[in-house]
Amino acid sequence: MVRFILGRLVKAVFILLAILVFNFLLIHAAPGDPAAVMAGEAGAADEKFLADLRTRFGLDQPLYVQLWIYIKGAVQLDLGYSFRQQMPVAELIGDRLPATLLLTGVAFVLSLVLGVIAGVAASARQGSWGDTVISTLALLFYATPLFWVALMAALVFSVWLGWLPGFGYSTIGAGYTGMAHVLDVAKHLVLPASTLGLFFMAIYMRMTRASMLEVSRLDFVKTARAKGLKRGVIQRRHILRNALLPVITLAGLQAGQIFGGAILTETVFAWPGIGRLMFEAINQRDYNVILGVFYISAAMVLLFNLITDVVYVIVDPRIRLTT
Amino acid sequence: MIRPIKFAAAALALALAGPLAAQDGEPQYGGTLNVVIQPEPPGLMLGLIQNGPTQMVGGDIYESLMRYNFDLTPEPQLAESWEISEDGKTYTFKLRPGVTFHDGTPFTSADVEFSMDVFLRETHSRMRTYMEHVESIETPDDLTVVITLKQPFGPFIGIFEAGTVPMIPKHIYEGTDFANNPANNTPIGTGPFKFDEWVKGSYIHFVKNEDYYMDGLPYVDEIYYHVIPDAASRAVAYETGQVDVLPGGSIENFDVPRIREMDNTCITEKGFEYFGPHSWIWVNTDNKPLNDVKLRQAMMHALDRDFARDALWNGLGKVATGPVSSSTKFHAGDTPDIGYDPEKAKALLAESAYNGETIRLLGLPYGETWQRWAEAVKQNLTEIGMTVDIVPSDVAGWNQKVSDRDFDLAFTYLYQYGDPALGVSRSYMGDNADPGSPWNNVANYQNAELDALWDEAALMANPEDRKAAYKTIQDQIVSDVPNLWLLELGFPTIYRCNIKNPVNTAFGVNDGFRYVWIDKE
Repeated sequence: MVRFILGRLVKAVFILLAILVFNFLLIHAAPGDPAAVMAGEAGAADEKFLADLRTRFGLDQPLYVQLWIYIKGAVQLDLGYSFRQQMPVAELIGDRLPATLLLTGVAFVLSLVLGVIAGVAASARQGSWGDTVISTLALLFYATPLFWVALMAALVFSVWLGWLPGFGYSTIGAGYTGMAHVLDVAKHLVLPASTLGLFFMAIYMRMTRASMLEVSRLDFVKTARAKGLKRGVIQRRHILRNALLPVITLAGLQAGQIFGGAILTETVFAWPGIGRLMFEAINQRDYNVILGVFYISAAMVLLFNLITDVVYVIVDPRIRLTT
Repeated sequence: MIRPIKFAAAALALALAGPLAAQDGEPQYGGTLNVVIQPEPPGLMLGLIQNGPTQMVGGDIYESLMRYNFDLTPEPQLAESWEISEDGKTYTFKLRPGVTFHDGTPFTSADVEFSMDVFLRETHSRMRTYMEHVESIETPDDLTVVITLKQPFGPFIGIFEAGTVPMIPKHIYEGTDFANNPANNTPIGTGPFKFDEWVKGSYIHFVKNEDYYMDGLPYVDEIYYHVIPDAASRAVAYETGQVDVLPGGSIENFDVPRIREMDNTCITEKGFEYFGPHSWIWVNTDNKPLNDVKLRQAMMHALDRDFARDALWNGLGKVATGPVSSSTKFHAGDTPDIGYDPEKAKALLAESAYNGETIRLLGLPYGETWQRWAEAVKQNLTEIGMTVDIVPSDVAGWNQKVSDRDFDLAFTYLYQYGDPALGVSRSYMGDNADPGSPWNNVANYQNAELDALWDEAALMANPEDRKAAYKTIQDQIVSDVPNLWLLELGFPTIYRCNIKNPVNTAFGVNDGFRYVWIDKE
């Protein structure tokens, strides 16, 4: 197991490097640069102003020099400086990452747990009205665009009902500490996390349901029934455990995808995370920040995939790990 | 019967006169002001960064020598009084005594000299061009500044506002690398509010300057600028009461009617007189057949700008009559008519060199309103028989395309800074036409006679002479149609009616919130 993990980590380093170079070239291929954007927001600029900015940002160097400087820094975990935000990128991401991890983490766990439970419930009585209701809801969540759900959630629960805050991470200026602060953040978390979770919940639900139904028709389940085992035990120990494997595969993939969803959710709900940071950085051509966020999220995806593989073994000890 | 009607009319007139302090009762102290800021500024050091959001937030911290009324008349701020010599070349400013920076250091004439002659000359591109007219800056004593110009420069009296000439503390910046000075993160000025904290991605917090030199000001204790990236969420933030002031352009236009219907909600278009945001479509006259004046006139008459104002801008703003906004000095109201007339447009198009070429229209990537506007323009031009393709882009891509002159028609809007010599001439003068920037003479309009007149008009000492010169210029440019003028944009500032005096000058919220008070009854 240790050898497996180490092997994967070594591979991950090379993959990360490749991603880095690819992203670097891709971003520089887009029209416009940060100096032009900053000048654009000022609505006026002369040549000297633009040239000064480009020199400060190091954009006057040839592209391969810029790339080399970036990679040299990145291997030493130095992600460069954001001239736009006037802060080191690592610090900027460090400030924002916890908020994103909290949001995506809660959304992920919420969607996985509720999705699996709903899937099991639906499969237990296939064709019943309960199954129909759950399946229809899942289809609805699956098909509705995330931004629409987000805006409607804000409209209903924040503007009309006034139950939950519609945006932000905590109440600004309230100065809560301790438990009051935790509760405040939790309240702010409800709408973005459930919005982000809904789509994935629908996927897990459908996946679990289908998988459960499939496994329940297999011979060993029939054997278990013939043995006279209790229904609950069969469901839990025989069917669910086997049905979960495809769900785990999917969850591992989606742990990475959920970052993508976070960009939208964070923007709509003004959640100060790295998804939004990246969205703004792309608009502003803040190269170092874009690359930094790509770098971190690529590392996260690799890490999640590794975790998924390890979880396989725990759920089903028959699976062997090979690098 | 007559009396009550008269009375009602008088009351209505008073109500329309806007929030005058006298009507609103006695100002109250205390409270927190919650304002939307969009997008998050790159920094708050107004001398280094001139982005819109920086200017808006920075006006609470930084101040200049003067402020300007809605009709652009100067009023004292850091300068108590000033004199302009007969020949229009010497400006003598008397500074207000007893002014200190936020760190307690007194503000003196040395700071004015340093700001203008050293700091801003280095960092501020607009200021750099203005400084070319300055021969010398002298400081005979701590409270006197004498600026001598090389020749009279009419618009000079109009530049002393915080966004153009912010007063920079000499004792902090002298001899340092301005751009990388750590003090940029904790900006210090003479203004009514002090910088307290900036949580990136969430909010910027200012607190009251207890030692502010204007007696009894400011009224409110603190200001939070909330960073909310999504336009719909900014509207929600106002609806749920989390913010009280939506500065111009904070929310999408189609949300304005809904928000203005809310209880306790006031709206004003005032506060943009100095900027005079003027929108138009650049016509790339380097490309055939757009170099044909008949075609440009045809397109100009094809645009239904009343529709754009009423449907897309919810009735805010005015239809532009030419290159100069009506709030800018020397606006000529009687230039040749460029109104909507599709029949005339079709006739002109038939006479022009246009042969069914596809025209690429570059929209402005500043939100929904602009996207729809591009579609409306496409429709207008299609109606007279042209073929138009809308080219999508993001902000950086737009900058690049316009800089490279890679378009046929391109939306834009620019500020005019109160005077044709400051904010208008740059878009029409022949020697300002090189590719490389989206804010010079992008249309490549060339008219040597007018160039000479622009130069003369800027340097005339007598306003009457300037007026006549600008009238000639405007008539000629309007006939040549190098651009398709659209609207004098109306950006509504929306706020709760119990927030008093958010907009007091031609700079709107950028002027800072020194006079704002919150009615708590």
